[in-house]
Amino acid sequence: MASFSVQTGGQRHTFDSLSTVMACASPRRSGDELAGLAAATDTRRVAARMVLADLPLKIFLDQPLIPYETDEVTRLICDTHDAAAFAPVASLTVGEFRDWLLSYAATAQALRALAPGLTPEMVAAVSKLMRNADLMAVAAKCRVVTAFRTTVGLDGCLSSRLQPNHPTDDPLGIAASTLDGLLFGIGDAVIGINPATDNLSACMTLLEMLDQVRTKYDIPTQSCVLTHVTNSLQAMERGAPLDLVFQSIAGTEAANRGFGISLSILSEALEAARSLKRGTVGTNVMYFETGQGSALSADAHHGVDQQTVEVRAYAVARAFDPFLVNTVVGFIGPEYLFDSKQIIRAGLEDHFCGKLLGVPMGVDVCYTNHAEADQDDMDTLMTLLATAGVNFVIGVPGADDVMLNYQSLSYHDILGLRHRLALRPAPEFDGWLARMGLLDDSGRLPPPTPDQPAFRRLMG
Amino acid sequence: MPPSADLPTATILPLDPFARFRSATRARIGLGRAGDALPTPALLDFQMAHALARDAVYGTVDWDALAADLPLAATGPVIAVHSDAPDRATYLRRPDLGRRLDADSPARLNAARPPAGACDLVLVIADGLSAAAVQAWAAPLTHEILARIPGWQVRIVTARQARVALGDPVGHALGATLAAVLIGERPGLSVADSLGIYLTYDPRPGRKDSERNCLSNIHANGLSPALAAEKLVWLMTEARRRTLTGVDLKEEAPTLESTGAPETLPTPP
Repeated sequence: MASFSVQTGGQRHTFDSLSTVMACASPRRSGDELAGLAAATDTRRVAARMVLADLPLKIFLDQPLIPYETDEVTRLICDTHDAAAFAPVASLTVGEFRDWLLSYAATAQALRALAPGLTPEMVAAVSKLMRNADLMAVAAKCRVVTAFRTTVGLDGCLSSRLQPNHPTDDPLGIAASTLDGLLFGIGDAVIGINPATDNLSACMTLLEMLDQVRTKYDIPTQSCVLTHVTNSLQAMERGAPLDLVFQSIAGTEAANRGFGISLSILSEALEAARSLKRGTVGTNVMYFETGQGSALSADAHHGVDQQTVEVRAYAVARAFDPFLVNTVVGFIGPEYLFDSKQIIRAGLEDHFCGKLLGVPMGVDVCYTNHAEADQDDMDTLMTLLATAGVNFVIGVPGADDVMLNYQSLSYHDILGLRHRLALRPAPEFDGWLARMGLLDDSGRLPPPTPDQPAFRRLMG
Repeated sequence: MPPSADLPTATILPLDPFARFRSATRARIGLGRAGDALPTPALLDFQMAHALARDAVYGTVDWDALAADLPLAATGPVIAVHSDAPDRATYLRRPDLGRRLDADSPARLNAARPPAGACDLVLVIADGLSAAAVQAWAAPLTHEILARIPGWQVRIVTARQARVALGDPVGHALGATLAAVLIGERPGLSVADSLGIYLTYDPRPGRKDSERNCLSNIHANGLSPALAAEKLVWLMTEARRRTLTGVDLKEEAPTLESTGAPETLPTPP
């Protein structure tokens, strides 16, 4: 295998493979250190970026980081690559590609047309040459709009998943968290529950319950029970009112096997959910979650750094025309993303890479109690993501998920963010909030009062 | 100057409209609003819960106090081991080091190794991610377990900077038939002192997580030490009869609460 080297500052740095260049060029993070892939020094890290900047983008088509023969995700990436879409940037190096992405020539329209011509490895590579502000600037130019009962990803909008989790799936407890969120205008991306167990009949009960809430108040949104795709297939067969099919996905065939899935199972689920025709304004029916480190934790990373493997998961997502995709960025823990600096960087990378590939990217702005992070850091990340045009974020009551034992954003956080940055919920949902009388004359959602009709109706 | 009575501050509704829901969930519902933000009491409640969780992660177990509460007459003295993670900062970054013994521990285990076939069970009391959980629940749980298995040859090991899989080299070194690792679980905001048990038949380095059975949520509002011991003894008895632990054993245990992994389960401590 060819090696790569650069002479800089009186020192020669050599990298024995393209994967090594990519891993060493990544900003420092604990997961790559755990895998033994990270640059040992800061100079070696920058030297790797210098090597990377001079490589042609095409190299990632010629030299797959994970073999075509043994990995169906690589086959998907290669077989669906659109050479015509790639043509405008085909002659560029990675460094030139960064400059072009930041240039005024890279308009929203140009970026949309380019997306099918980009592979995850190209996008991961260019992200490693970008500062946080670069990641935000380019992502803000990418619009990826999807629809089911609401339209998510429009300019000027910030959508939200309402996550009313409960440790024992208690229906009253879930209803309480849901009503609380609706009073904050949360839930226009989805009302989505992580069930406490993967038991099929329990998931069907939750689907029925969420559908009843939605129809009772005539809310233009969609619901989801985040159970395994095979459970969703069975639930659909049994006639459950299922809007979106959820699945956790990763960037290698082996890691996906660890999740108990393959591309063919996802295809089957896509067909089944589409055939239900439950969407009113669009036909996107898949919901995927991802997160850096999942392949390493499944021992299925093939010596590739965690950020690059993560972007490969977006190629999986994109093949199924999803309604929602989000990285659960701070959930995995400090052995993969040690502190708020690493979590914030990873959140911006994931959002940028997803958007550039044409994926409707959201982010679960979150952390665990053993990571070096707190709610102040989440304030920072949510604000950065909102200015970068993130499609949606996730809200739980008081930022405390009592089932999964981690912290995400609170309903308050998302409402305040919308008001400060003048961002609106999805238009269909915004119209519902107005009809319910929850908005004031300027379109803001003020604290409700008990004599308000909407409050009485929801809480009655 | 404090705000006068007619100045609006936080909107906390006088009659809690969420009152009827509060017994159904510990979720932080109906917190009220100060503008768009949290009212001060809710803000500080959250920060205190987070501080308790952080202190549980970074706290240290008082191992001497714990040993004084253990029923050592039946088991012989505690054997103390340490993982290869020298401190908490390394422990958090390097789970691989928390799964193997440091250089000094094997000798201590070998010195205490019973004659072949004479160790039915090793209880490994491991700090994991919550010192508070170990301090609160490890001793009462150990009493409840030992009271239910008279005649078993049991050894007790305490393990510092330990992950679940450290029970594998410990159990192997002692020639134990079963290893039960009692370990502090990752603290949440609502519970910072929750203990878990991971049971492995024929422990040895290289065992996979799918070859273990788990009982979690042992704390004041969760599984009691007595009920946890009841369930563990059932699992241990079945494990010895069928000479295995893990996924295959779980499926045969309908009366036990499911330990099936939800879709987004964090990795074990």
